[in-house]
Parts: sequence; C-alpha cells; structure tokens
Amino acid sequence: MTNTLTEARPPAVRRTLTYRPTAQDQSFVAAARSAAVSTLIIMGLIGIFLLIGAWPALHSQGFHFLTRTDWLPETGTFGIASLLWGTILVGLIALAVAVPVGFGAALFISEYAPRSLKRSLVSLVDLMAAVPSIVYAMWALFFLQAHLLTIAQWLSVHFGSVLPFLRVDTPDSPSSYTSSAFIAGIAVGVVVLPTITSIMREVFAQAPIGEREGAIALGATRWGMIRAVVIPFGRAGIVGAVMLGLGRALGETIVVYAIISPAFGLTTRPLQSGTNTIASHIASRYSESNGLALSGLLGAGLVLFLFTLVINTLAGVVVSRSRSGAATEI
Amino acid sequence: MTLLDDSHDQTLTIPITQGGPVAGTPATLVADGVSAWFGDHQVLNDVTLTMPASQVTALIGPSGCGKSTFLRILNRMHELVPSASLAGEVRLDGEDIYDPARRPIESRRRIGMVFQKANPFPTMSIHDNVLAGLSLTGRRVRGREADALVERSLRSAGLWDEVRTRLDAPGASLSGGQQQRLCIARALAVRPDVLLMDEPCSALDPTSTRRVEETIRAIADQVTVVIVTHNMQQAQRVSDQCAFFLAAEGQPGYIVEQGDTSDIFERPRDSRTADYVNGRFG
Repeated sequence: MTNTLTEARPPAVRRTLTYRPTAQDQSFVAAARSAAVSTLIIMGLIGIFLLIGAWPALHSQGFHFLTRTDWLPETGTFGIASLLWGTILVGLIALAVAVPVGFGAALFISEYAPRSLKRSLVSLVDLMAAVPSIVYAMWALFFLQAHLLTIAQWLSVHFGSVLPFLRVDTPDSPSSYTSSAFIAGIAVGVVVLPTITSIMREVFAQAPIGEREGAIALGATRWGMIRAVVIPFGRAGIVGAVMLGLGRALGETIVVYAIISPAFGLTTRPLQSGTNTIASHIASRYSESNGLALSGLLGAGLVLFLFTLVINTLAGVVVSRSRSGAATEI
Repeated sequence: MTLLDDSHDQTLTIPITQGGPVAGTPATLVADGVSAWFGDHQVLNDVTLTMPASQVTALIGPSGCGKSTFLRILNRMHELVPSASLAGEVRLDGEDIYDPARRPIESRRRIGMVFQKANPFPTMSIHDNVLAGLSLTGRRVRGREADALVERSLRSAGLWDEVRTRLDAPGASLSGGQQQRLCIARALAVRPDVLLMDEPCSALDPTSTRRVEETIRAIADQVTVVIVTHNMQQAQRVSDQCAFFLAAEGQPGYIVEQGDTSDIFERPRDSRTADYVNGRFG
C-alpha cells in the first residue's frame, strides 16, 4: 500500500517564485532605476571630464604635479603640493574648532536642553547649515578676523618660543596675522559646525531608551549615563560626523578665498599671513588661465574631487557599519 | 528554596545556595498616599502600600492600571518622563525618598530595578556589565575583589555556570533569558536594599522564566523584592504578598485589595479580585 503510494507520486518540481509585473510596475521601476543610475553616471562623467581636461597638465608634469610647491604655468612648472597641504591644514584647523564645539552642542541639545529649548536649537542648527557660505565669508572677513588677530598674536607671543609653528616673522605687527590659515580655518570651522552638530545630535538621540534607563536605575548621574550609553552607542556616528565635516571643509571655497592672501610654499606657520587651498586657488585663477594653466587647475580639481570622494565614502562606511548609524543618513 | 522539585537541572539550584549574600540590608518600602499624573492626566490615585523587608510583593492587575507607573515611582524613574508629577510619600526605612534634600541618584543606588526588556550594555563584556553599577557611581573595585563580586552576583542571579568561561564576551551575545539574569546580577552587584522588577519574564520562554523565578525566591531573604507581573501563576509562585490594582476606563488606578498572596488567591475579599485572579477578565 505504502509502496504504491510512493511510486504513484511524481518527484517534486520546484516552482518559480517570480511573477509577471504589469506595464505600470515596469515603467515605474525603470523610471526609479534610471534616476538612481543617473546620479552615478553624473558623478562618473564629472570625474572623466576632469581627467580629460587635466590630462595635458598631468602628462607634462608627471608625478611632480603632486610634489611641486610652486605654480608657474608660464614657465611650464607647476604642482599642487602646497595647495594640497594648505587644504589639509585649513581643514584640520576647522575641525579643531568645529568638533569640540559641535560635540558639546550636540550633547547639550540631545541630553540636557529642556524640551522647549530643544526644538528651537535643532531648527537653529539646521538654519545655520542653510546660510550661504558667502555670508559666513563676509562675517569672517569684516568681524571675526579683527577679533582673532588678538588671539593669534597672544598665541604667537606667549607660545611661539616653545612651539615653533606658532611663530610669525614680525610678531609685533598685527598685519602679520591677517589672512592666515588660522583665521581661514576657524571661519571654515564655523561653516562646517552645523553639519557636525546635526549628525552627532541625530546619533545621540537614537541611543536606546532601555539602556539609558538601565544606567539611570543603577544610580548613574546624567553624565555617567552619557558616558556609559550615549557615547559608546554614538561612537561611529561621531567619527562619521568628523569625516563628513572634513570633507566639507576641504572643499569650502568662498570663505577661504575671501580671507587668505594666496601664498605658495608649504605653510608651516598657520598664524602667519598667507596660505592657499585647492578650492580657493581654482576660484582665484580660473578666469585668467588657459591652455596648460587651465588644465593644471582641472588637475587640482580632480585631486580635490577624489580626495573628498574617498573621505565621504569612508565616513559613510564607518557610519553605516555601526549600531547607531544603520538608521542615520549622512 | 527550590520551587520546582522536578528540576532536571542540577546547576540551577546549587550555585544559588553557594552564592551567599550579595545584597545590602533588606529595607521596608512604604508608599503613602501616592497619586501620579502625566500632564493633566491622573494615572494613580491615593495608593498606600507597605512592602515589607525580605519579602516579595507582587503588583497585579490588568494593563493600564498604573502598576508600572507605581513601580517607577518607587525609585524615582517616574520623573524621567518630562510631564510627570506625583503626590504622597515613598519611605525607605522611614525616610522619604522624595525629600528635596536627597538626590535621586542616592535613592536609585539603594533601590535597584530590572526592566521588562533586558537592557544589558551591549558592547560591554559580561564582567563589566555586572560591575557597571559600581563604575557608574564612581566606586571602583579591582582585581580579585572585582572577580569575587562578579562571581557572587552572577551566582545569585543563577547565571554563573552558563557564562563563567566567557566573562569577556559582550553582553549582547547572551540569549534573552540570560540577558535578563545578567541585568539582575548587575542590579544585585551594587548591593541594593530593594529590587524592583517590571514584568521581568514577559519576554522570556518558560525555561528562562522558571530560572528567573527561582532567582527571585533565592534572593528574597537578602533584598526586598517588588515585582509587577501579568502572570497569575507567577505571582502565586514567587510572592509573599500581593496588591491588586485596577483602573476604570479613563480613571486613575488604585489598589482594590492587598494582603498575603494565599489570601488574595484563595480567599479574596473583593469580587473583582476574585474575578481577576480566576482569569474572568484582564
């Protein structure tokens, strides 16, 4: 009996689990897909455009394009070493300002601020991010710089003897301190501050209520709870916010352009007047450049493009692989 | 102390008796005329209840009758909700924990809490999780003393034999039931006088539930336990006395009846208590 039954049943055939989409389904998917793909294509085309435009310069300078510090396309020698270094220096100074302030502001908004204040602070930070950077540039040029000169001079006079990088050529003259990497860096720091604050706040706010209450029920103070729960939870978000802030700082153009006086040579003294960054250099030179010089500017742009691409990608990877970042968009 | 004599699991009962006292000195907790509000909405009305030292008090009643709110009032977790307020007193061995001269963190250090959902610190090791209450309150124990405290606390929570070989593993690597017992160990490590438990087994399977219940019975002589539960059998198994909470639709909760667990379940004075403990509503 059993045997006949077994023999009678045909072997199991796997069924297909797909289904036939309707015309509407297909057209919607196609539209959404092409929109998504087009962002990648545009990114790729920008890269290719820069590479083609920069090719003559890269070809004529070879590896020296990355190592040469002067920019003399008339004589056929130019490189971006000093520009690249200036860009990084300004970015790091910006982070030195924006990270501690942004961290503190984010903690205050998410953990300490009363509810009524919290909402206004969040929208204020968002508003800060929406202010065009030319506004920050004017504010930094006409207001901030005058006040920072005193600080720069004080730093140089008091610590210059111990820390050589704080020295300037004529310490007594305030004009030695104008248009420096220090001032540009702080101004850029203000520009990237809202970005950093906003990401950190969002990550801190996601720290699970269960773990927060667990710490508080054990008798932790609010700061103890923050240290045990909020900061460990938000660690990757903090790293991501810093890197994203750096990415923005590296590309910031108008603020740096407004403040610095262009100087070539590796800036080793950030308080001393004069430095240069890739973005600012391109902005100041493109209208008067052609031929090989223009190609060189496109090359500098390509380097900045790749540099920020790498940093932003790393930031995205760090954030999305963490517990806290899974739900955070950057 | 064994609740289930048919237990096949030898490791369950032995370590608990070996654990020795972990907690501080059991204290009597008295709620006197406690009412509570969220904004304008009153959720508790004039609740008076004595939770005697070294006893297990179960808070029972249907959902939304204010049991959990009452429990959170007992160690000042209630006020973490921004709109929360309350009236009345909660006295720990005669001292009002809401006295403005006392800091909330001092009361919370003496009155521990285990939550409905296990909440170990997921990236901290099991070892560090147990000691978290000490490090969070600025008390440091190191070396052998720390190891002894970790072992004692984990034994008291009935978890030692399952984790002794992997104390460095993160808290999140444990199963749900183990995480809950880790939270009990963490709460016991700070030697509280009272331990509050908010439906500690509601997310656990029957085996884990049984272990947690055994743990509660085992620690009852070292610490005053107050437990919120929806499980009538659990209330009967673990508690010495019970308080039955009830709230009419939209009205604040109050205590209908309180007394020895055997009286509440076998000889209830109020017909609503009888209906509830016999599963006729709620």
